Amino acid sequence: MTDLWGRLRREAAVRAVLLLCALGASAAVLLIAFFVVAEGWPALGALPGARWDPEEGHFGVQAMVWGSLAVTGGALLLAVPAGVGMALFLTEVAPPSLALVVRPLLQSLAGVPSVVYGFVGLQVLVPAIRRALGGPGFSVLAGACVLAVMILPTIAAIAEDALRAVPVAYREGAVALGATQWQVVRRILLPAARSGLITAVVLGLGRALGETMAVMMVTGNVAAPPGSILDPVRTLTGNIAMEMGYAVGRHREALFASGALLLAMVMALNAAARRVGR
Amino acid sequence: MKPVLWALATLTVGLLAGLLGLLVLRGAGDLSWGFLLGMPAAAGRAGGIWPVLVSTALLVGGALLAVLPLGVGTALYLAEYAQDGRLVRLIRTLIEALAGVPSILFGLFGFSLFVVRLGWGWSLAAGSLTLALMLLPTVIRTAEEAVLAVPRDLREGALALGATRWETLRRVVIREAAPGILTGAVLALGRALGETAAVLLTAGSDLGLPASPLDPGRSLSVHLYILATEGLSEGRAYASALALVTAVLAVNLTANLALERWRRP
Repeated sequence: MTDLWGRLRREAAVRAVLLLCALGASAAVLLIAFFVVAEGWPALGALPGARWDPEEGHFGVQAMVWGSLAVTGGALLLAVPAGVGMALFLTEVAPPSLALVVRPLLQSLAGVPSVVYGFVGLQVLVPAIRRALGGPGFSVLAGACVLAVMILPTIAAIAEDALRAVPVAYREGAVALGATQWQVVRRILLPAARSGLITAVVLGLGRALGETMAVMMVTGNVAAPPGSILDPVRTLTGNIAMEMGYAVGRHREALFASGALLLAMVMALNAAARRVGR
Repeated sequence: MKPVLWALATLTVGLLAGLLGLLVLRGAGDLSWGFLLGMPAAAGRAGGIWPVLVSTALLVGGALLAVLPLGVGTALYLAEYAQDGRLVRLIRTLIEALAGVPSILFGLFGFSLFVVRLGWGWSLAAGSLTLALMLLPTVIRTAEEAVLAVPRDLREGALALGATRWETLRRVVIREAAPGILTGAVLALGRALGETAAVLLTAGSDLGLPASPLDPGRSLSVHLYILATEGLSEGRAYASALALVTAVLAVNLTANLALERWRRP
């Protein structure tokens, strides 16, 4: 405690080290973007094509973009109503003691590893779709269902925050005017929470686009645009995960380039979500 | 509206129950000490998963070792030293952006830098460092929250006694915030256990017992993926899935209970 200069020097050193930590941590995302783009750069021009056939030198990812969009869109169709519904259940309907139990259970769904969802989807969902609806079972529908369960907790949690942020006075005013509960929800709560709900949807979309294992295990991975929801598809993420292990040369570059495409899509979505949320 | 929402909630909770029930029903029979501690045979069709558990522990442990100093350091800087300005806003935006990056891209990055450019090959070290980057936003967020929750008077008391800012941090703030920081680490652990795509691309899927950080290894999640998609053994796949889910949910439950306790003492 006596060596004041030593202590002050140490203070300055610690400050510098901590600043370096912060700079290092924030450089991570730039580093990732740089490596993925740099590795994929030579093949970026080949991506817009319609044909993916690495052996023949065709690296068009149109089919995979459609695959990702189809699976993600389907997942949102299922998960958005369900997620907002769960948020309404937790805020409006459930007694607080029940909400305290249901909320952690709902959030545990988010903790289950994606490969486990893929495995259960493969064991249960794919055969069920094959039996009930025909087709191979490996399908857009299977991918959308599995993804929907995975993003449901995210959407529900953000939607719940948005609904809770609506001032009580709005609701009280509507009730005082004789509105039913449904009218309060539809005319007051949902419109007032709109920006939060949009954020929930966009963040869910970003997560769904980037999800890999679960989708890859149940969609069948056929690199052709899907004609119906019972057709198998391949997503951008699944394509990378499946072929990276053995890809070399231009093939590997093309996989990195499609990673860069995916990164750009997800980053744009997250930026949009931040803007809406503000 | 009410009946629909009740039905939806029942369905959602039922889904979780069904999922866990299925894994227990089909997996519990094969899940034994012999399975957990035994060596695999016939590419995982028979025998146990001991090397897989060792690889998983090393991968996840290595990731935590790497991410904690960097993450806690960043959190301390942001919570204690940073003045609101353009640089700090940029740092926060970039860390938030990192949290949104899909895991497969961490895998591509780790593959490109560690596996190929640095020549480590598929290895536990490459897997751990890749995982560490993935966990960074979680660790920073929870550690910063923990540091900010330390009461002002404690800090002011230390400063009033003549301690420098770092002495205050080291002797008072970090000690007070330690449970919160650890909780964040446990949360990160849960995420690392379940990660598959990034680990597959960086640590590989070798079923051997790793002897050094530069050896490849197969995590439990990757093992489940391979058993499931190559149709090697349904029973072993269910048992592995049950082991994985049990571990992840136990870790998450611990973290969440600790978090609740620590948020309102």
